[in-house]
Amino acid sequence: MTSTPATTLEQEIEARLGDALAHETRPGYTGYRVEAARLIEAARTLRDDFHYDYLSCVTGVDQLPEGKLEVVYHLFRTRGGGALVLHTLLPRDDPHLPSLVSLFPGAELQEREAYDMYGIRFDGHPDLRRILMWEGFAGWPMRKDWKEAFYEQEGKPFDARWPGGRARRSEDQNPFGSNVEYPPGFTLEGWVPEGEDALYASFGRIEPGGNGSGLRTDRMLINLGPQHPSTHGIFRMVAVLEGETIIDIKPVVGYLHRNHEKIGERNTFLMNMPFTDRLDYINSLSNNFGYALAVEKLMGIRPPERAEYIRIIMAELGRISNHLWFIGFLLNDLGAYFTPALYAIQDRELILDLFEAITGSRMMCNYFRFGGVARDFPEGTLQRIRELVEERLPRKIDELDGFLSGSEILRGRAIGVGVLPPDRAIAYAAAGPVLRASGVAYDVRRAEPYGIYDRFDFNVAVRTHGDVYDRYLIRLDEMRESLKILHQALRDIPAGEIQTGKAMYQVRVPAGESYARVDGPKGELGFYVVSNGKPNPWRYHVRPPSFISLTPLGEMCRGQKIADAVVILGSIDITLGEVDR
Amino acid sequence: MYGLGIVKGLTTTLRHFFETYLDDLRWLGKGRYGTPQGIQHRSSKNVRGLFTIQYPEEKIPVPEEFRYIPFLIHEEGANGEQQDRCTACGICAKVCPPQCIWIVRTTDSATGRPVPAPAEFYIDIDICMNCGLCAEYCPFDAIKMDHDYEIASYDRRQAHIFDKQRLSRPVSYYAAIRPSNYASEEEARKEKEARKAKAQAAA
Repeated sequence: MTSTPATTLEQEIEARLGDALAHETRPGYTGYRVEAARLIEAARTLRDDFHYDYLSCVTGVDQLPEGKLEVVYHLFRTRGGGALVLHTLLPRDDPHLPSLVSLFPGAELQEREAYDMYGIRFDGHPDLRRILMWEGFAGWPMRKDWKEAFYEQEGKPFDARWPGGRARRSEDQNPFGSNVEYPPGFTLEGWVPEGEDALYASFGRIEPGGNGSGLRTDRMLINLGPQHPSTHGIFRMVAVLEGETIIDIKPVVGYLHRNHEKIGERNTFLMNMPFTDRLDYINSLSNNFGYALAVEKLMGIRPPERAEYIRIIMAELGRISNHLWFIGFLLNDLGAYFTPALYAIQDRELILDLFEAITGSRMMCNYFRFGGVARDFPEGTLQRIRELVEERLPRKIDELDGFLSGSEILRGRAIGVGVLPPDRAIAYAAAGPVLRASGVAYDVRRAEPYGIYDRFDFNVAVRTHGDVYDRYLIRLDEMRESLKILHQALRDIPAGEIQTGKAMYQVRVPAGESYARVDGPKGELGFYVVSNGKPNPWRYHVRPPSFISLTPLGEMCRGQKIADAVVILGSIDITLGEVDR
Repeated sequence: MYGLGIVKGLTTTLRHFFETYLDDLRWLGKGRYGTPQGIQHRSSKNVRGLFTIQYPEEKIPVPEEFRYIPFLIHEEGANGEQQDRCTACGICAKVCPPQCIWIVRTTDSATGRPVPAPAEFYIDIDICMNCGLCAEYCPFDAIKMDHDYEIASYDRRQAHIFDKQRLSRPVSYYAAIRPSNYASEEEARKEKEARKAKAQAAA
């Protein structure tokens, strides 16, 4: 991928930044440690001189035994290759460090999340407010010393289930009303939601404008959502409008938040597998894939050949089913109410039937295991996949292409709308189809191949205009490329085992950190897992592509009409289960 | 020409419209609706026209691997006595992600020692996530995933904690809903027993 071997790149970096970066020495950790004071300098040099231009993941870790909080950055080069990891350790009592938003605007929502979950302040962040929790929430929920109202034990399995055996309804353990903690001195009576004021104030003063035609117009502030048919769930956009034109727009998320990561740290490693299904519930298989890879990296195992092929087949079928769903619902957002959606999800239905026959469930597949998959294809299913891939799916993709791509209404509504230029797309760490529709040929399957993707012949789909229309077309392209991969995988799939070693319900995961990413249908889906050798992960973090792809929403919407905001949001392809986690 | 794309799109709509009726005509008298072969056709790769299954009048046959709410298996003796396969080892309770399984072990009333059988077995089906890990990791094939998905009830306070009696099903039920799983497990068991007998004979 790079013309120079990795060692010299590393040496070059150390030669340039040797005094700012120190080798990470904790066992199982990679990358460098950097002082908070030198962070900006190091990040700027890495970005400008070493092309680490893609800040994929920013997250906090509570290093309670050392009395520290840690911020972990994963930087990548869009020309391909592995991660450069930066660790910054902060004191627990006053954790703050400079924000990287000025260098990498894609860090905006991620830093807000780290602030919300750990109370780490990012100095210079333009809009540091809580994001997933509500503004009256007391405490920092991801810190290890914060305990939920229905707290039972530090990690599962709970003794109350076995050998204790005391049956209690889960509802009685979490009685409504007493599971909320308020900050000291807080009364709900007469409470004015200051968070709303802070949100509206974050737009600055809303001046009366003028549209240049001499008419005196007022600017106004409008809430779309949280309950709005266009938002694919409970999601809110706050827009400042002048007439119909959007001056600024901000996403407000967290309505579906259930602190997936806290649950994940109470769970054992295996228990998290079905929980990942519930992130992006349209694509449970690629979620399984990413998580399995992250843990396998720590365990140092690989699945057997057949399981590798099964994984690819399932992940690519999942991609096709996601993109069919996407195209249908993008057209819904455009006002073509349900005709294209139903045509598109007909064939998705056949894919889901297959998932049900193979994994046992249509959407909550829970199919991947560490070092393999849960079970082999039942008899006849491989043939059914072949028929689908060879006969039905290509026909359906062509049908949708002919049905929609030429339509003047779609073209009129989508061409030139919501443009995201390539450099901005990279800076915002936009992922997957959103990034590639802006002309950046960056696909994790190619840039840092995982599983056995390096064996297949396929193209990275790229479109160059970065508008809604290209984001629609690229989904068609990607489905065609997926079919190519499926053809090859179905041709080459060997017989054999589907699990390395014996399937264990309690896996031993050596201490260390690992970050694995897959190119999910919505983009780069990463899992950051820290193990301390115990049965439960010490840190379990998800890099959710649809959450991070919301960061450039404001930039894409500015100057567009309010009706287009719905379409632009639709073209990002979000799933609220993943956005809010 | 402007509008050509729309016209082209509308022909697709029109084709779908006609296909709906054409397929109905093709199946005239052969039972496209309400018959097992009709339901199978409507969820096969050959389907044209409507996919819709008219639930609850029609039901899609669930595949063998389909999983919903676990159940416990008991062996049936000749005189109708029930013998639980479960040994109360607790692996299902330990592997359950939402921790919805509670097991009370049987203790010998004379010695106070635990006996390998469950005295009580509860599943809170409100929080069961149907992941199937309990069935996957049970070493005794004693807990399996059910196919019965119609379990709505009027009283969630009482009806949603399944006890041992509610969960227990005969092994014949399991063999009926999951024939190939059952067959392969029986085969493995026989093989293991044969190996054991051989080892004993050798010793």
